[in-house]
Amino acid sequence: MAELFGLSKWYTKILILLFCLFIPFIVQSNYAMRVIIYIGLYVVLALGLNVVMGFTGLLNIGHAAFYAIGAYTTAILMVKYGMSFWLTIPIGMVLGILFGVILGFPTLRVRDDYLAMVTLGFGQIVYIVANNWMGLTKGPRGIPGIPPPVLGFDQWRIIIDNYPAYYYLILFFVLLTIYACVRVRNSRVGLAWMAIREDEDVAAVMGINLVFYKTMAFGFSAALGALAGSFFAVFQTFVSPNSFTILESVIIITIPIFGGLGSVPGTIIGAIIMIAAPEIFRAASEYRMVILGAFMVLMMVFRPEGLLGKKLYEQTYKV
Amino acid sequence: MPILDVQSLTKRFGGLTALDNFHLQVEANEIVGIIGPNGSGKTTFFNLLTGLYSANGGEIFFNGVQENLLTQKTHEIIRLGISRTFQNQRPFNNLSVIENVMVGGHCRTRGGILSALLYLPKERKERGRLRARAQEVMAIFGNRLLSMENEPAWTLSYANRRRLEIARALISQPKLLLLDEPTAGMNPAESIQLVENLLEVNKTGVTILIIEHDMNVIKRLCQRIVALDYGQKIVEGTFNEVRNHPKVIEAYLGRE
Repeated sequence: MAELFGLSKWYTKILILLFCLFIPFIVQSNYAMRVIIYIGLYVVLALGLNVVMGFTGLLNIGHAAFYAIGAYTTAILMVKYGMSFWLTIPIGMVLGILFGVILGFPTLRVRDDYLAMVTLGFGQIVYIVANNWMGLTKGPRGIPGIPPPVLGFDQWRIIIDNYPAYYYLILFFVLLTIYACVRVRNSRVGLAWMAIREDEDVAAVMGINLVFYKTMAFGFSAALGALAGSFFAVFQTFVSPNSFTILESVIIITIPIFGGLGSVPGTIIGAIIMIAAPEIFRAASEYRMVILGAFMVLMMVFRPEGLLGKKLYEQTYKV
Repeated sequence: MPILDVQSLTKRFGGLTALDNFHLQVEANEIVGIIGPNGSGKTTFFNLLTGLYSANGGEIFFNGVQENLLTQKTHEIIRLGISRTFQNQRPFNNLSVIENVMVGGHCRTRGGILSALLYLPKERKERGRLRARAQEVMAIFGNRLLSMENEPAWTLSYANRRRLEIARALISQPKLLLLDEPTAGMNPAESIQLVENLLEVNKTGVTILIIEHDMNVIKRLCQRIVALDYGQKIVEGTFNEVRNHPKVIEAYLGRE
């Protein structure tokens, strides 16, 4: 399917990149820019989740927790301690990795449905902590007034506080994420992850350290989730626990499943559709979610591998 | 000194003793066949050797390694030089044929996540070498796997999936290769072809332990045969000694 659209050709990629660079000149409305920036944000989130779900085959219903960790790290460090945005990114990512590894450990004992429950619980814990730790997160009132990131110094400063600037910032993060995902997928690490996805026991017999590679997958995924969170904090200039509910995790999960689990271009197209569709059909008001839901059900029945996903063995034969 | 030395290995599943005080010595470059009726403990033995099960007792020493093999972690065993195939065919279905084989080379490569992210030259070289090595190993079976190199493994025929598992095991440069019914699902001509392939592999210095029901394959391949029944070794010897042994006949056909 990816071949059908010529997505694997290098000149298609260059064309798409050029188009993306010119978007702020083409799109004039702030509302449309906002939607496009959100698409970029969800591309980073969904590609991060795709590492755990698509590559390694571990269901994670708590990805919003890493998103929250990144967002709160940036918010607290910038507002309380006046730290530079660029410094808060690596700190958020390291914290994300730390929590990713912590979440990764129980996954060595539990599989499938039970793992889903563990990750669900983890997502809830982070949400509840954010909602109740008044001293750190100010609870449900949230943290307002997050300053815009500043690039450069003295008179060569660019203040990222307008839509084109936010757009280029998220475009940079998206490209970075795509690069990281593609590189790692095509490496020894990615091959080990995919072997675990296919058959854990055989992977172990083939010399793959399950403990190491599973926690690494969670860490990598969490780092990307935290990166998205850092951007979200400065883009919204306000974070509160309400942005990181279980609904958020569910929206993130639907994207790679819809686009094709394990497929990087599929996940990107999934994010575009899942985020843009509710906005485009805003005229249909309440019905749009019903329509989207029905569309997803049909999708799972007639194309379970997702838009650009590869047809899987399990979906070809009843096993 | 034997390459593999199994001492009083025992495995119980609840009340069932799947392997009972099992002893076996295998010399380097030998091909040893393991026969026995279904449920006699053959695959259990392989699962213990490769760390998929933990044993209830006994010791295994391999290739001069001081520690008991049973104390090693599952993923460390292949690096010591023991690699296997599975009776119930377990290729990585959604990975391509060549990727399947490359997974087997995991323990002989080093690349980590940083070298992958930075796309270091050593990462590219290592991947190139692994790919070349995978093609080299697949070439043992002529064009059968090579022509399907980029297809997902589930599209392979039954017999080719068996060949794929052997290639995946061989790329790890094992000293001891464990084959669990490699010719099941093959026609007689294909079985004979596989025997030829395995004799070639053996000549390169790979010791082979093979579980097999096809006596024709066993006869052509094995210098020594071990017969199991109810988790116990009943007979050990050459093909002719074992084939006509009353205990073996009894195990397969029952007492008169």
